[in-house]
Amino acid sequence: MTDLFSYLIRRLGWMLLTVWAVYTFSFILMRSVPGNPFSSERNVPPAIERQLRARFNLDAPPLQQYTDYLVGIVTRGDLGVSIKLEDYTVNEVLAEGFPVSASLAILALVFAITLGVTAGVVSAVYRGTAGDLALMGTAVLGIAIPNFVLASLAILLFVFWIPLFPAAGWGTLRQVILPALCLGAPVAAYIARLTRAGMLEVLGREHVRTAFAKGLPKRTVILKHVLPGALLPVVSYLGPATASVLTGSLVLEKIFALPGIGSHFIYAATQRDYTLAMGMVLTYTVLLFVMNSLVDISYAVIDPRVKLQ
Amino acid sequence: MSGVSPQPDGQTSPAHQATPDQAALEKILRESREIRGVSLWQDAWRRLRRNRSAMCSLIFLIVLMLAAIFTPLLPLQSPIDKDLNNRRFLAPNLQPVVLGGRAGLKFEDGRLTSQLAKYTSDAAEQRAEILAIADAGERDKQLAEFDARTRIEHPFQQLWNNLGPVAFTMCRIRVAIFGDWTIPSLFGTDKLGRDLLARVFWGSRVSLVVGIVATIVSLVIGVSYGAIAGYFGGLTDAIMMRIVDMLYSIPFIFVVIFLVTFLSEDSVKAILENYGIHQITIFYIIIGAIYWLTMARVVRGQVLSLRTEQFIEAARTIGASPMRIVFRHIVPNTLGVVIVYLTLTIPSVMLFEAFLSFLGLGVAPPDVSLGLLLNDGVEALSIIKLFWWVVVFPGAALAMTLFALNFLGDGLRDALDPKMKNRS
Repeated sequence: MTDLFSYLIRRLGWMLLTVWAVYTFSFILMRSVPGNPFSSERNVPPAIERQLRARFNLDAPPLQQYTDYLVGIVTRGDLGVSIKLEDYTVNEVLAEGFPVSASLAILALVFAITLGVTAGVVSAVYRGTAGDLALMGTAVLGIAIPNFVLASLAILLFVFWIPLFPAAGWGTLRQVILPALCLGAPVAAYIARLTRAGMLEVLGREHVRTAFAKGLPKRTVILKHVLPGALLPVVSYLGPATASVLTGSLVLEKIFALPGIGSHFIYAATQRDYTLAMGMVLTYTVLLFVMNSLVDISYAVIDPRVKLQ
Repeated sequence: MSGVSPQPDGQTSPAHQATPDQAALEKILRESREIRGVSLWQDAWRRLRRNRSAMCSLIFLIVLMLAAIFTPLLPLQSPIDKDLNNRRFLAPNLQPVVLGGRAGLKFEDGRLTSQLAKYTSDAAEQRAEILAIADAGERDKQLAEFDARTRIEHPFQQLWNNLGPVAFTMCRIRVAIFGDWTIPSLFGTDKLGRDLLARVFWGSRVSLVVGIVATIVSLVIGVSYGAIAGYFGGLTDAIMMRIVDMLYSIPFIFVVIFLVTFLSEDSVKAILENYGIHQITIFYIIIGAIYWLTMARVVRGQVLSLRTEQFIEAARTIGASPMRIVFRHIVPNTLGVVIVYLTLTIPSVMLFEAFLSFLGLGVAPPDVSLGLLLNDGVEALSIIKLFWWVVVFPGAALAMTLFALNFLGDGLRDALDPKMKNRS
């Protein structure tokens, strides 16, 4: 227990360091782009531009902007006011979009794990059969097709030809299934391949042979003796999987017109909405860090040989 | 005791060779001479050859590479010439198309070869006129201007985008061989009337280059980083690997988007052009720079087990410097893992390129890449009229490439697995 506690403390320290590094890097990168958020708008009178700059604290020297914003985040958790979205603070934008993005991502991961592990187990158990070949072929296809293509085809197929799902929008379960499936598909494919490889390795071990020799039914052997060992690589893949789901959601939210936070980001970055873009980057960094830490912890729980460090 | 001393080996008299023992020994020796030691690579190659899907993939990839390198030589239509009046969204067909035949190009006789002949003779005339100028300074100035102008006005510039010197020569050879004849629009045409077959070929060329260059960048960074961390161990290793852990938690897509918006800013672009760096070069480097993390981890793991081997010890004893040990003795031994991982990195880099192009942040038109083509295709998908070919062909090209790379990677992993040595 103390192990876990000290691990968490240490992870927290690393997280703060990471977030700070990301903050500094993004800050420098954003400010070194020539021009400012208002330079693209036509005919802003100089007086008004001065006012705008003062409003967003852009007239202060860069170092002071850096510290002011950092202090605001640390002391008040205040990510500032969005420069381009009128009457919105970044916190409000995040609060509105986060539930959408989070449920999409979680649903996608759940889909990916269920589908991937099932497919992997089935194809490992029936190794070499036509079913195995078909499943693994589909898995490679899932990895090889970019998810925006998959999503467009899925819309065509399941919305227009076979009207199962609504095309876009948010709110009901039916609206979230299709985007979540498309988002989870490449991850599912990857998990299926990892599970199959892991299963095949464990199936050849001595303890599995013993279990069969004892006369245990196949089902028990596979679920109790083989699967837990085979899932270790899958668990360690969940960290990168989260990253890929977060990345993919940028595109899928655009295609399915979902009001999540991903759809704001590209706009924010290209329109130089400094505060909004910074808020997004920091949020995603924290999310990814937490997910990676959870993966490490669960890894240690599943495999007693692994020590948290 | 001064009897017969035992005869030393090698001085056996001929009489002894006849004994059965000697004959057996000779036989064994002869056999052993015929047995060849199988090196890791030979063994791996033997196993890879037996893996049918990996071999098919390998052949496919070689053909693809050749096709990508020699794209300008193939009798394809122009990848950038638009024909909004007559050729928008043509379905795949076999109607012959003449290169440079579009009326809007105003080519002589409506063919590239005639235009080219006219252009060359005109240019030669003008050049002769300039050369006739008596004043040397004036002549050189005009000549330089003229050369710059001819490069821009060359008919090729209207049919191909931004050809480098090598591609330009290849286009010349292509025109010399095939003349105006082109492959008909087997893949149909896109929303601006451009031939999709040509665009898929030119796009694969760009995508492959992105994939390979970015992977090489990631290879160089990842291998050196991992090898150094693993070899030095201790505190160096701890710090270096902590940094990798930290980088793993950064959502790189966001940083990349920042970087790309930064780099595509006009003033930044102009500065880079000054140094002769094209924006796309930076693009490769960025992608490569974010894909080295896993490579570094994998290599470090290998190096940790290698560094206690005796041949490293030997190298150290004879006074080899640490850097020499790392790069001459350790890195070559990690090659197997690295190659396998390379074949798996190229596909993810290519996907990432497609992804960025879809967001409008990748390769910019008029350059083409598979990602850009797919983006066009997805935009053209609608329920009212199904232009399936604009998405199916680029998608199939990308998917087949990635398929082949994945299968080859899997095959290589099995083939190079030391546990499988000397087994089927």
